[in-house]
Amino acid sequence: MDLVRNLLGSTIGKKLLMAATGLVLIAFVTGHLVGNLQVFENPDRINGYAHFLQSLGPALWAVRVFLLACAAIHIWAGTVLALEDRKARGDEPYAVHKWIDAAVSSRYMRWTGFVVLAFILYHIAQFTVGAAQPATFKENIGHYTMTSDYRVMGLTVVRAGTEVLDVRSMVILGFRRRVVALFYMVAVGLLSLHLLHGADSLFQTLGVRSHRWERGLKAVVAVFCAAYFLGNLAIPCAALLGYLH
Amino acid sequence: MTSKTFNVILRVWRQAGPGREGRFVEYPARGVNPDMSFLEMLDVVNDEIAARGEEPIAFSHDCREGICGTCSLVINGKPHGPNHGVASCQTYMRSFKDGDRIVVEPFRARPFPVIKDLVTDRSAFDAIQQAGGFITARTGSAPEANSVPVPKEVAELAMDAAQCIGCGACVAACKNASAMLFVAAKVSHLGLLPQGQPERDRRVLAMVATMDGLGFGGCTNQYECSAACPKLISHDFIARMNRDYAKALFHSAFRPAAAGGAGA
Ligand code: FES
Repeated sequence: MDLVRNLLGSTIGKKLLMAATGLVLIAFVTGHLVGNLQVFENPDRINGYAHFLQSLGPALWAVRVFLLACAAIHIWAGTVLALEDRKARGDEPYAVHKWIDAAVSSRYMRWTGFVVLAFILYHIAQFTVGAAQPATFKENIGHYTMTSDYRVMGLTVVRAGTEVLDVRSMVILGFRRRVVALFYMVAVGLLSLHLLHGADSLFQTLGVRSHRWERGLKAVVAVFCAAYFLGNLAIPCAALLGYLH
Repeated sequence: MTSKTFNVILRVWRQAGPGREGRFVEYPARGVNPDMSFLEMLDVVNDEIAARGEEPIAFSHDCREGICGTCSLVINGKPHGPNHGVASCQTYMRSFKDGDRIVVEPFRARPFPVIKDLVTDRSAFDAIQQAGGFITARTGSAPEANSVPVPKEVAELAMDAAQCIGCGACVAACKNASAMLFVAAKVSHLGLLPQGQPERDRRVLAMVATMDGLGFGGCTNQYECSAACPKLISHDFIARMNRDYAKALFHSAFRPAAAGGAGA
């Protein structure tokens, strides 16, 4: 019980929760991007992939609930900590304030976090629920017939000839709307900035960081964030510029 | 050594007492010798203020050689002034130039209330220290030097942590007024040494709980603390404390209970 009380009650406990849930969410967004990049291949790939995920049923829901719980804990801990931090600073602000060393990405975590939250909500509304842009939602456009088998680890999970939802067209048509594509680009940019501090920071919070590999870690995180940003930028860009049909 | 003197304008926070309304007041500092320390310059300005029959500027100081942690000014937006790894008392006027306007503020944090002008009450640090910054051991005659061997690297790291003079610049520099660097230094200092092992878990849990209870903020890993630290305590110690804390939580959750025999 002490464990739960300290995790939820202490500053370091909440930070540990933020780091652990952040790690899970980073793993998720990375996997999510890798899966989505299949949009650049034969339509069988992404449509088969989406159909496969949908067919997982209860397992899919278990993962969704777990991810939502992680996001909720991350946001809760971040909010409580932010309020405590603000209170700790006191009422009288410094007349002169200078940042000495703090990384630029670290100064805007709350704001990038808010935009990312708004983005996730829209993203789910658009591609999972179909509340935003219903005209191009997967349930409302024609089905797609698989021309080849979709395999996962050598195992055929979706057979050729199966009628599946046309996820690929939904994505492409969805991003033909310029505002939407632009919002995505800005949001993934801010998400990458959020990760630039977060992915580096979580090692410190989990206590596995020291000056010996500080620079190496920073470099790895920077490369990861740049790759993540470009990968995510590619999809709406390609759709908007008409490279994807 | 003959140095050219110069003039600066000070903009100093004046506050008559705890909880009172404060404001900035400007004072010219004329004929400043570049080899004066910042505090000596304040002494000279105070002499003039006192000669006018006004209340001199209150500021904290003691050793004036960078080892006691009493001095505590925020000079132009940075705790302890413009230099790296230097306390206010070791900041010399040669770091400034003629005509500069220098803003001098107290350390600001809710757990460090202003007592008067630039003097803050930092007894919150004492409370944290009293919660676990010690070892419960027999005192008295010094033990034989080699009875408890300590590897050189460990001893050096422990001494790096022990360099902390408890001035509170880490809190003043942190946008969250977090005391993590101070607490991490104290936790690591004893946690690294063999004498500190028996109370290692208890120490980190108690000191962090006290730190939180006193209203210090959390760490957002921006490392303004170590950048402002006059003793250049590394934020590696914060990572170390986080690790110690997680371990202590884990240990306390799975601690086996003693059966309770004779004397229990
Ligand atoms: S007066 Fe002792 S450290 Fe500055």
